[in-house]
Amino acid sequence: MAGAALFGRQVMWRIGTVVALHDETPTARTITLEVPHWPSHIAGQHVDVRVTAPDGYSAVRSYSIASPPNSHGRVEITVERLPNGEVSPYLTQEVAAGDRLELRGPIGGWFVWRTQQTEPVQLIAGGSGVVPLMAMIRSRAAAHSTAPFRLLYSVREPQAIFYRDELQALIDKDHSLSITYAYTRVAPSDWPRPPGRIDASVIASAAWPSNFAPTCYVCGPTSFVESATDLLSASGNDRDKIRTERFGSTGERK
Amino acid sequence: MDIISRGFSGRRSPENAKLPPGQYLTTDFPVLSAGPTPHVPLDRWEFTIDDGTHVLRRWDWKSFRDLPSETFTVDLHCVTRWSKLGTSWEGVSLDTILMDVQTDASYALARSYGDYTTNLPLNDLRNKQAWIAFRFDGKDLAPEHGGPARLLVPHLYLWKSAKWVRGITLMPHDKPGFWEGLGYHNYGDPWREQRYSGDK
Repeated sequence: MAGAALFGRQVMWRIGTVVALHDETPTARTITLEVPHWPSHIAGQHVDVRVTAPDGYSAVRSYSIASPPNSHGRVEITVERLPNGEVSPYLTQEVAAGDRLELRGPIGGWFVWRTQQTEPVQLIAGGSGVVPLMAMIRSRAAAHSTAPFRLLYSVREPQAIFYRDELQALIDKDHSLSITYAYTRVAPSDWPRPPGRIDASVIASAAWPSNFAPTCYVCGPTSFVESATDLLSASGNDRDKIRTERFGSTGERK
Repeated sequence: MDIISRGFSGRRSPENAKLPPGQYLTTDFPVLSAGPTPHVPLDRWEFTIDDGTHVLRRWDWKSFRDLPSETFTVDLHCVTRWSKLGTSWEGVSLDTILMDVQTDASYALARSYGDYTTNLPLNDLRNKQAWIAFRFDGKDLAPEHGGPARLLVPHLYLWKSAKWVRGITLMPHDKPGFWEGLGYHNYGDPWREQRYSGDK
């Protein structure tokens, strides 16, 4: 497998310096790290981040990389603050520019999109599950790929959308990328559908028809991924073309 | 090369003493899978032991469930860093499954519905260390957790405990399974923190 060659060597811990921070939503923050000698990555991969208290106690969590490959030694992660999280409140509220963080990666060779892929791609995100999918969208744009991409992005409410302006700018200039938002709690007043979970009719109207044989990437909380993949299968998509990344309620994967 | 994280204090608990390095405690049961959850009807389920060429043993659901089973309580450690302690299961010991199997093989490849695979030394499946589990917490094992039946090898990271297991191939030589071919450690001992390829 192509991924195997990437990982023959040890994945080492590196030190990244925080060079920029900005809030995506009231509860999610993007952290840009400058990492000397970063070996680059493939869209969809993640990093382990280690934080260490003054007495030596440390905690490590995995976060999907949001930035595209070949970003000149810069790595971006977007962290959603979990109310009872151990690490995410620190990363979203305490960390400041100039701080250093330890990170290890890139990790994962399955939930990835490579710029050589030309087939239609269906991305389905639940909440902060959009992060690795954004890396795929950015990777595609940076490579001037024309692979047809569709993103179906389920969020609680309009204020919970990550990367909103950038996504809008991308679809304005690129007609082979389209985005459908699905709101679960609060929809904009002019929205054609009442708020609710993604169902068969949303898949039928927003996703590629299964005879286009899209490669599907689904990322979100476990129950969301279970339901979205069942809907994709039921609408005729080959199970072998569906790749998933799940996180549990306390998993702090993202 | 620990860097002190200004302002980070972390959350310690007495339970941390029972955890392998780098793990944290969870009380729910997160799910990690590479693809859709297979739904395997019991009347089509089967479990086989083969040597790569010939099927050596075959069970359908009824004959599998007729095997003597046991209940056991074990700790689970996922490479994504959560650990769950004291989980209760019912299943058939691999010692029972392998009892009458004559083999010189040293390695095993667990195979699943949905085409997942994972490799491990055959000895790690023996001596009361591994089960084909079909009940969790007193209930039939849910599909998202690997039902109708999954391999459970709790002394290794949980990706070795193949969900939706459908058989085991006995092999003279080691061969990487799915995650082992995608950058994860070949053996995966949580107490030695063997997460990724190249970890000692």
